[in-house]
Amino acid sequence: MTNLNNLTIAEARDKLKSKEITSLELTHSCLSAIDAADELGAFVHKTPELALEQAKRADERLKQENAPDMCGIPLGIKDIFCTKGVNSQAASRILEDFKPEYESTVSQNLLDNGTVMLGKLNMDEFAMGSSNETSVYGNAVNPWKVDERELTPGGSSGGSAAAVAADLCLAATGTDTGGSIRQPAAFTGIVGIKPTYGRCSRWGVIAFASSLDQAGPMTKTVRDGAIMLKAMAGNDPKDSTSVNIEVPNFEAMLTGDIKGKRIGIPQEYRLDGMPSEIEKLWLDGTEMLREAGAKIENISLPHTKYALPAYYVIAPAEASSNLARYDGVRYGRRAALSSGDGINELYEKTRAEGFGPEVKRRVMIGTYVLSAGFYDAYYNRARRVRALIKKDFDEVFANGIDAILTPATPSAAFGLGEMSEADPLQMYLNDVFTVTVNLAGLPGVSVPAGVDKSGLPLGLQVIGRPWEEGDMLNIAHSLEQSAGFSSKPLKWW
Amino acid sequence: MSIDANTAAKVAKLARIEVESQDLGALAKEFNDILGFIDQLNEVDVDGIEPMTSVTPQKLLRRNDNITDGDKQTSVLKNAPLSREGFYAVPKVVE
Repeated sequence: MTNLNNLTIAEARDKLKSKEITSLELTHSCLSAIDAADELGAFVHKTPELALEQAKRADERLKQENAPDMCGIPLGIKDIFCTKGVNSQAASRILEDFKPEYESTVSQNLLDNGTVMLGKLNMDEFAMGSSNETSVYGNAVNPWKVDERELTPGGSSGGSAAAVAADLCLAATGTDTGGSIRQPAAFTGIVGIKPTYGRCSRWGVIAFASSLDQAGPMTKTVRDGAIMLKAMAGNDPKDSTSVNIEVPNFEAMLTGDIKGKRIGIPQEYRLDGMPSEIEKLWLDGTEMLREAGAKIENISLPHTKYALPAYYVIAPAEASSNLARYDGVRYGRRAALSSGDGINELYEKTRAEGFGPEVKRRVMIGTYVLSAGFYDAYYNRARRVRALIKKDFDEVFANGIDAILTPATPSAAFGLGEMSEADPLQMYLNDVFTVTVNLAGLPGVSVPAGVDKSGLPLGLQVIGRPWEEGDMLNIAHSLEQSAGFSSKPLKWW
Repeated sequence: MSIDANTAAKVAKLARIEVESQDLGALAKEFNDILGFIDQLNEVDVDGIEPMTSVTPQKLLRRNDNITDGDKQTSVLKNAPLSREGFYAVPKVVE
């Protein structure tokens, strides 16, 4: 018999609605799996009492006919979401023991749909990282293992990815500023959706780079992603960038029929020195879509090369401004002061001991590119380049392309510690295929599509037109069916 | 553009992050590596291109200037590291 925690959202929904199982049973199953998986470092704050209480309420609600699809589904929530009365630290020491007095809109939307929160999930500090190695809680570990090495689950939503891949929860929330949902999803063989900018409210999500941040679901299947995205999304007056347009029934759009869809293959994504396995995966994916009836076309996105450098101006600039609020006065940790220390020492010491090295690096780079004399040369230039990157996509879509297929990452998961010794720029390259999507505000989804020669999962990315997540997910669903990826990590933890 | 230890110290000061003086050299090197990478942007012709402010072609919505929330002193101070008599407490700022 399958353990209940191994179910997908769609399977659990059907069993909950037919009264074959209860949310309480499902939740218990996840809680046991979580307690047996401390080695993965995925759940950093467990909330079993809250979960059981919510499960009981969900079971009551499931007795009625019209319970929502997500009712009774146990989830993990990334630590970056403010959850009322429960530690929400964005994996930073500076938010030590911060328990918000309010609930983020996305997690509230999920609760309103009857979901169960199992606990908070590990991540890179303030979502700055691609390996979950900058977390104050320590590393999250990839459940996939092919030799004695422990592998990264990717980042920044590394805890979310590890938890879903290891069946500790049915799905998890993530956030994506440069690839933080899609890269970890690819590294762990799960599905990760970054919606169109403005689809999900950012209210109550601890801010990294406000013009790029977007929340999204991390799930076992594309169908689950479609179901969960609908529950997360929606206009919110508390976030002025959340857009007031209808949230469609994404699941109903998974028809599997992609005949005649025009899929663009961007030539600029063919990087020098790209591993042959990634190249092959991309070709295979292209063939699968062609066989499913899509029309494959080569396209050009000429400014692709400049996306990462533009990102590493814009994201740190916004971060330096957003993270100015951590001053040791209103919440979080305050450094011990020496006699005679004034307010500036309070700020400087608190921030020196509260932020980790990568966060400090980015805050200072951001401070520099925004400082008098450099604002035009760096920040404004990066924003102009960003406009050109978006224009590249606008033109391709205006020519009738429905979606774009690319690799999700330039490699499979690497070993923990292997990149942290290298210079920070090496780590930044992880986002080379994903970051353009954030800069252009587009939806993107990572779908597991194969394995490398050692047996580690690899992902493909489908990029959709703005607000066309349904169409994008239908193409991803077709890819998922054709690829038939069903491998699971062997349990070693 | 090359950053030396003095510039690194200035940036750290602006960012209100204490950096020990012996670490400034290494910090300056990291800045130079990252800025060297960013310098690629100078290859792009951006003449006549407006800096992007928002990816969504949406005007910020206006709302009536009404008080809709408030009176939450206890909640607001709940997570403060130090508070006194209903205020955040900090070291003396004005003599």
